[in-house]
Amino acid sequence: MEVKSKPEVSSQPNKKQNSVERPDGRKADETRPIVAEVGIIPNADGSAKFAFGGTVAIAAVYGPKKMHPQHKQNPSKGVLRCDYSMMSFSVKDRIRPGPSRRSMEISKITEWALQPAIDLEAYPNMVVDVHINILQADASTRCAGINAAAMALAHAGIPMKDMVTSVSIGKLDKELVVDVNKAEEDWEEGEGATDIAMSFTSAGELTHMQLDGHITTEQLKEAVKLGQKAVKEIYEIQKQALKTGKKIETGGKKK
Amino acid sequence: MITPEINKERVMKYLQEGKRFDGRKLEEFRELTIETGISKNAEGSAKVKLGNTEVYVGVKMAVGEPYPDSPDKGNLMVTAEFLPLSSDRFESGPPQFPSIELGRVTDRVLRESHFIEFEKLCIKKGEKVWTVFVDIYTINDDGNLLDAAGIGAVAALKSAKIPFYDGKEGKIDYEKESKEKLPLSKDIPLSLTAYKMGDKIIMDPTREEEDISDARVTLGIKSGVVSSMQKGLNDKINVEDLGKIFDLLEEKSKEIVLKIEKSLK
Repeated sequence: MEVKSKPEVSSQPNKKQNSVERPDGRKADETRPIVAEVGIIPNADGSAKFAFGGTVAIAAVYGPKKMHPQHKQNPSKGVLRCDYSMMSFSVKDRIRPGPSRRSMEISKITEWALQPAIDLEAYPNMVVDVHINILQADASTRCAGINAAAMALAHAGIPMKDMVTSVSIGKLDKELVVDVNKAEEDWEEGEGATDIAMSFTSAGELTHMQLDGHITTEQLKEAVKLGQKAVKEIYEIQKQALKTGKKIETGGKKK
Repeated sequence: MITPEINKERVMKYLQEGKRFDGRKLEEFRELTIETGISKNAEGSAKVKLGNTEVYVGVKMAVGEPYPDSPDKGNLMVTAEFLPLSSDRFESGPPQFPSIELGRVTDRVLRESHFIEFEKLCIKKGEKVWTVFVDIYTINDDGNLLDAAGIGAVAALKSAKIPFYDGKEGKIDYEKESKEKLPLSKDIPLSLTAYKMGDKIIMDPTREEEDISDARVTLGIKSGVVSSMQKGLNDKINVEDLGKIFDLLEEKSKEIVLKIEKSLK
């Protein structure tokens, strides 16, 4: 009774210190176990698989090859063309096969995310096709897709100035976390969930960012910094998979 | 295409001697591997590899209205997507004939063999029944997608569990784990294809071989009984050869069924 006013005073600093409990018990800056592997599709010029826990993306690169239809050719340099789609059974409620508004937008932002890192100057009138499919979805599928696509491009030997690495930063109530899963995407307590997907070149520059939720610009700056830090670790895994040609898995013991 | 035509002479010369480029006998299959449970949000799923050919098959289920002519039976829908990811020949856009045919041939193999016990998939007669979706995706095309897809469909269905349907809410509750298996016949059906090349019959062609084959015959067989068939491609087949193909497919089906059952155990 007499402590009525106490919580009000102490609640602010307390909230800041006490991190929210992530549904799968991860630390705030911890990604889910990552799987990275190249060369999974023999027909393709380059291919890769990238998984953040239960989110599994596969990507294949074909090209550079002649661009059809002809009117889409660019006589000054080659064109990067991405397409992202989810398998019908990758989510709980079946998705009808074929393109959707969502998949078409993600295809385009994937293109934008990768474009600054690749150099197609030497391939006028040609196209490099990147096909991304989501085998299993547990949120952050576009990030896993971009990571797989960047690895597949490198695996195909496409000239690259940089690698591209993507990660989602979440805000659960007030707390920032790395690599959002479905349970976190649906977070309802406190301020709810904010989902921020972002991609960086290995030089640390931003090539893609999308946000759903609500956040102050101050905290958004923090989120970007957290993202920058997270992609550094993920980049090392991509690099290792490309260099060794072996399947790289992290954090096997932890969930 | 020009390249296949040039290759054809060499391939045919080999076949006359009973040989193939990869060292197999004419009727010999490539190594078959099956892995189930490859996608956790699917009710059932499987990855099938035949040499370098690879397909993923997923099973999803939904509750809907039955068709008027089968008010107490569940429904089946089979689709096939030839992903551009799996071959530079496949392009995005509306489905092309090969993917439509693959879906339809696989649909008939499953449906006509009565593999799925649709009468057990009725929730309320005339109102609510389960629809079983079987979706086939190509991952790497190196020929004989027809047989790989059929095997994948069977394996995915064998691994499938019916989700929990909340009758009161009128929707599926994925939070509740269901252990109820999809009702299937004990014996499994199989889709097997024989390819005619000149006067030779081969099975499980690579992409190169399939490109230059003249005709093909696909049988859906379950416990020695044929319940679906498709003769494909332009060339004719004489009746004697056809008889040989039937015998070959029946014999081969026993061998492949054993392999599938073994790997699904």
